[in-house]
Amino acid sequence: MSHGSPTTVLFGIPFNLSNVLMITVACVIVFLIAFLCSRNLQMKPTGAQNFLEWVLDFVKGIINSNMDWKTGARFHLLALTLIMYIFVSNMLGLPFAFSVNGELWWKSPTADPLLTLTLASLVVGLTHYYGVKLKGGKEYITGYSKPLKFLTPINIIEEFANTLTLGLRLFGNIYAGEVLLGLIAGLGISHIITGVLAFPLMMAWQGYSIFVGSIQAFIFTMLTMVYMSHKVNKSH
Amino acid sequence: MLSEGLVVAAAAGITWGDALYQLVAFLVLMLLLKKFAWGPLVNVMKQREEHVASEIDKAEKARKEAEELLAQHQQMVKEARQESQKFIEQAKLQGETQKEEIISAARQEAERLKESARLEIQQERENAVKALREQVASLSVLIASKVIEKELDEKDQEALIQEYIKKAGEE
Repeated sequence: MSHGSPTTVLFGIPFNLSNVLMITVACVIVFLIAFLCSRNLQMKPTGAQNFLEWVLDFVKGIINSNMDWKTGARFHLLALTLIMYIFVSNMLGLPFAFSVNGELWWKSPTADPLLTLTLASLVVGLTHYYGVKLKGGKEYITGYSKPLKFLTPINIIEEFANTLTLGLRLFGNIYAGEVLLGLIAGLGISHIITGVLAFPLMMAWQGYSIFVGSIQAFIFTMLTMVYMSHKVNKSH
Repeated sequence: MLSEGLVVAAAAGITWGDALYQLVAFLVLMLLLKKFAWGPLVNVMKQREEHVASEIDKAEKARKEAEELLAQHQQMVKEARQESQKFIEQAKLQGETQKEEIISAARQEAERLKESARLEIQQERENAVKALREQVASLSVLIASKVIEKELDEKDQEALIQEYIKKAGEE
């Protein structure tokens, strides 16, 4: 558990190469899934196309539960990318962890607070952008003093709190899952008896982690759209 | 364990290069998805929506046409039925009159036959009576001649006369 990270400095910017690797892997997998599922598109969908359309419809459902589709259509791609990227990222850390020279290389990119906070910041930043773009600057500013004037500071704090909770919730869930996976794995290889015990435990926890990973991807996307709808919906 | 990990991370400093890298990677992923997966798929889905809508419209139109045709056909069947009914009525009427005609003709014919048969019978009877009368006459003549031819003696004559008288008295 006390793995180090393969850090390096490039152009004066510190990089965690494991994160870079895993982000790349996650992006490539997401792209491959989407790419392979959208070959040979047909009006009458079959197999893979059905799957991707189901994902699209699922994401559309998330957006529709927060805002009307006229406003929400522009966030479809964002939400789709978010949910697929986060889901794949969450799954990456499940089958194994991979470390070289005590440096952890293979893990979920979402098990790093920096990366989840980056995603959260991106999302919250976008909510502000679209808030200004769709409602105009004036209404965006006055939105902070609603529903009551004296709530303004709380509203402002809420923005930062939202970012923090959005990022850390994802990180916490995935990181905890990986830590426990690591512990069980350690238990498994420590002795033959504990190894026998650890096997079903491992399976159970991996299954649970799949569940948690899916739920977290869903929650992240859902909350993104909730925050987005707070900013872009009128009459709030 | 968590704190240990965080300490290690903190010791390395915040690797904000990852954050930048992830931002860029995420945006690139989004663009790629838009170009290769999301865009075409949404297009296809929209096309399908339009296709389905147009198909529904077409089906609706076809249904209406079918209904109109059905109504037309029903009308035609009704008319045909009425016409055939009319024909049947006519034929019946015609048959009736024909029947009357045939029957009356037959009756007349029968009457005529009966009449002629009656005339013929009468004719025959008259003929028979005439022939009989002639025969009776000739027979009387024959008998008379035979009686006359026979020689009458006194006694016989007497007896004959007595017989005639007796008969005449009885009558």
